Amino acid sequence: MKKFMFVNRKAPYGTIHALESLEVVLIAATFDQDVSLVFLDDGVYELAKGQDTQGIGIKNHSKTYRALDGYDVEKLYVERESLEARGLNEGDLIVDVEVLSSAEMAALMTEQDVVLSF
Amino acid sequence: MKFGILVSEGPYTHQASDTAYQFCAAALAKGHSVQRVFFYHDGVYNATRLTEPPQDDRHIVNRWSALAAEHGVDLVVCVAAALRRGIKDEVLAPGFRISGLGQLVDSGIKTDRLVTFGD
Repeated sequence: MKKFMFVNRKAPYGTIHALESLEVVLIAATFDQDVSLVFLDDGVYELAKGQDTQGIGIKNHSKTYRALDGYDVEKLYVERESLEARGLNEGDLIVDVEVLSSAEMAALMTEQDVVLSF
Repeated sequence: MKFGILVSEGPYTHQASDTAYQFCAAALAKGHSVQRVFFYHDGVYNATRLTEPPQDDRHIVNRWSALAAEHGVDLVVCVAAALRRGIKDEVLAPGFRISGLGQLVDSGIKTDRLVTFGD
């Protein structure tokens, strides 16, 4: 079993990165690997509560993060500095996460076999 | 060393396809192996045989096809990303095949390094 880390760095809408990252995560989960997700920079907005995409005519995919549990993807990490820089805290997020400092995040990244950044 | 490659940007717009190709060519020249190149996001546009760059420019798509023909590199285009962008079997250049994201994960499992080219 290898350690796969998916790093999400982009806002949920505006580019397809968040959605296409989520699609790989769901597939990786079926391969019986050690999967974790990281949210940093604007990627923290992917987990923000209250997403409403009606005005832009794009599907709201934020509910899928809550379904990750069902795929045995339970390791979700959010960078503290990215949250703070955007005036967010854990309570603003739609799922339970572990908040890590950037130094702790860096240490976690060095333990991985495969890091994919979207 | 056995490499897996992920290309996540379209050709010509972005340097990623060029650098990925050059990385593959250099790795093969040094005796390493490239198990697979996986095309995701706008990277799927690397696979269309309808591509016709000006004659004095490099032909990115044909270059990939040649790599597959000469070194047996598996060129895989993500089906979901491809269909979204109008890339289907009928427009694929030689050496490319369309398959699922599982092929990317498989590459991560079976290679020593999975190297990403793209933002």
